[in-house]
Amino acid sequence: MEKFTTLTAVAAPLPMDNVDTDKIIPARYLKTIKRTGLGAGLFSDIRKDGDGKGGPFVLDQPAYENAKILVVGDNFGCGSSREHAAWALLDAGIRCVIGESFSDIFSSNAGKNGILLIQLPPEQIAKLLDDASRGANATLTVDLEAQTIQGPDGGTISFEVDPWKKHCLLNGLDDIGLTLQKKGEIDSFEAGQKAQQPWLY
Amino acid sequence: MAQPRTLFEKIWDNHLVERQDDGTCLLYIDRHLVHEVTSPQAFEGLRLTGRKVRRPDATLAVPDHNVPTSDRSKGIEDEESRIQVETLSANCAEFGVPLIEMNDARQGIVHIIGPEQGLTQPGMTIVCGDSHTSTHGAFGALAFGIGTSEVEHVLATQTLIQRPAKNMRIAVDGDLPPGLTAKDLVLAIIGKIGTAGGTGHVIEYAGPAVRALSMEGRMTVCNMSIEGGARAGLIAPDQTTFDYLKGRPMAPKAGAYEQAVAFWQTLPSDEGARYDREVTLSVGEIEPQVTWGTSPEDVLPISGVVPDPSALEDEGERQGMTRSLKYMGLTPGTRLQDVAVDKVFIGSCTNGRIEDLRAVAAIAEGALKQGRKVAEGVYAMVVPGSGLVKEQAESEGLDRILVEAGFDWREPGCSMCLAMNADKLKPGERCASTSNRNFEGRQGPGGRTHLMSPGMAAAAAFKGKLADVREFLG
Repeated sequence: MEKFTTLTAVAAPLPMDNVDTDKIIPARYLKTIKRTGLGAGLFSDIRKDGDGKGGPFVLDQPAYENAKILVVGDNFGCGSSREHAAWALLDAGIRCVIGESFSDIFSSNAGKNGILLIQLPPEQIAKLLDDASRGANATLTVDLEAQTIQGPDGGTISFEVDPWKKHCLLNGLDDIGLTLQKKGEIDSFEAGQKAQQPWLY
Repeated sequence: MAQPRTLFEKIWDNHLVERQDDGTCLLYIDRHLVHEVTSPQAFEGLRLTGRKVRRPDATLAVPDHNVPTSDRSKGIEDEESRIQVETLSANCAEFGVPLIEMNDARQGIVHIIGPEQGLTQPGMTIVCGDSHTSTHGAFGALAFGIGTSEVEHVLATQTLIQRPAKNMRIAVDGDLPPGLTAKDLVLAIIGKIGTAGGTGHVIEYAGPAVRALSMEGRMTVCNMSIEGGARAGLIAPDQTTFDYLKGRPMAPKAGAYEQAVAFWQTLPSDEGARYDREVTLSVGEIEPQVTWGTSPEDVLPISGVVPDPSALEDEGERQGMTRSLKYMGLTPGTRLQDVAVDKVFIGSCTNGRIEDLRAVAAIAEGALKQGRKVAEGVYAMVVPGSGLVKEQAESEGLDRILVEAGFDWREPGCSMCLAMNADKLKPGERCASTSNRNFEGRQGPGGRTHLMSPGMAAAAAFKGKLADVREFLG
């Protein structure tokens, strides 16, 4: 997975709560056997609704053509476990999503694909949504090492992040490779479990 | 004396391979279920890195999402669906993973067949690349959905890197009266805690109403934990659990079974165990439930009316409700029982088991006696959760009653729960559904879903409108 260190990019506002993974990528795009190309299905069904004010959907507006950050509401990524949601965001160039909260499975999937999720209180999300609504002039700088977001007006917001996730993202780690180094520990766990619960083997 | 622990904490501790200083744990996974949609990229990852499946014997694969529910003898017509199912077969052959093929009598929805085969057992850790893996928590197993990268991680290492969840306990008091089911309970719970209420938690369901549920009812409740935001739901194992498992093909055999039961009896939460959050609910507060919006938390008693966004103070909530109602084509103030439906879907990992089909057939039998059939203009389909559920239903003659009443009797699979196969709503069509998600487009682009129990869906089929199942009971 690609490392995540710092990111300076246009942030697109998507001020909706409960954006489920069916909204992020509808099931009909899940028939692929590849991880790539899913950007074509990103937000496919809600794109046609535009921005709700008669204009195009936020990611279809020229100002957000190069957006790499998405600012969202509460409970983003709820619903299905489909990692295709993370792959679709990544394929469309999104490397960071900032929101009030994220579903557990989506959080895990995002992390495994080098996408940083940042959880912030509603007041700060409101501020960032306002910043993001200023279009291409409003870039954010996210520094994972320092755990800060710098806004277009120079203000800085700090955020919390799981230390293990941070470590993996900063170094672009393949955690399967890391776990395989624990083969000895896994072997001895299995031996112990087999002795105590033989019916499992 | 040792500190009292919850069921969740006991299972967690029993599966710890290693705990790092920062609290990150390496957790051993006892069983891994695999289906065709979320596994191809994981197997591809193994191939690219030259890795093997660590424990094929602890892994079981079945195609379910893409399979047709019509005649399958000629295979799958849709090319992409066919490739995905064929890819699963090829991957299982290459990596030595046991597979239940599409035309095997045991084929079905992965969360139906795990329990049915006795693979799902108390105290286990079980994962699958599917959020409704929470279903297996009904047995007192820690079971949760994972993404494809984690599927690959489990295939390669039989472990996952995780942090412990918080403990939440939801206790339901009272006895369920006729017409009220496990589905109504869990919908009412989601309505109460909200769709993000369980985020970061494992929910343990308890109380007399939960304890009195059959294993199938418990599965319905745990299945929808994810709709309340919780990755896993749990119900302490008891005699009901042990009786269900006895004699199933993959359950411990005689001798080992007694040893296993003795272990399983140690699993329920200790007296005085601490929960981060406790919620209580009484059956007396609950009526048959039906959803009106596009999130499972948008739920009301069937006696209710479509809510009015202008009554909401928060602007964000008002906009959200307005969007939902527009999508659903509903006008505030309309009685739910005046909302006409076009289709009825009975099935899914939530409600595709034999007791669900019996409930539907009982309503159908009563309706037939009154000379009623599925309402004109309504298409009602019944999709058994597995081939064995279908066989059982047919041996009880349920299929004949359902067909006579005007239902379409189908082959097993996920079907119109998520519309990956040919079973879909057309734009604007409204469906009374026993599935688990009423998200926009879930049952087909532009389709409108109302979630409810099997009996309620059957009642809607006969009335042609959302209806109160209690009108159809004796």
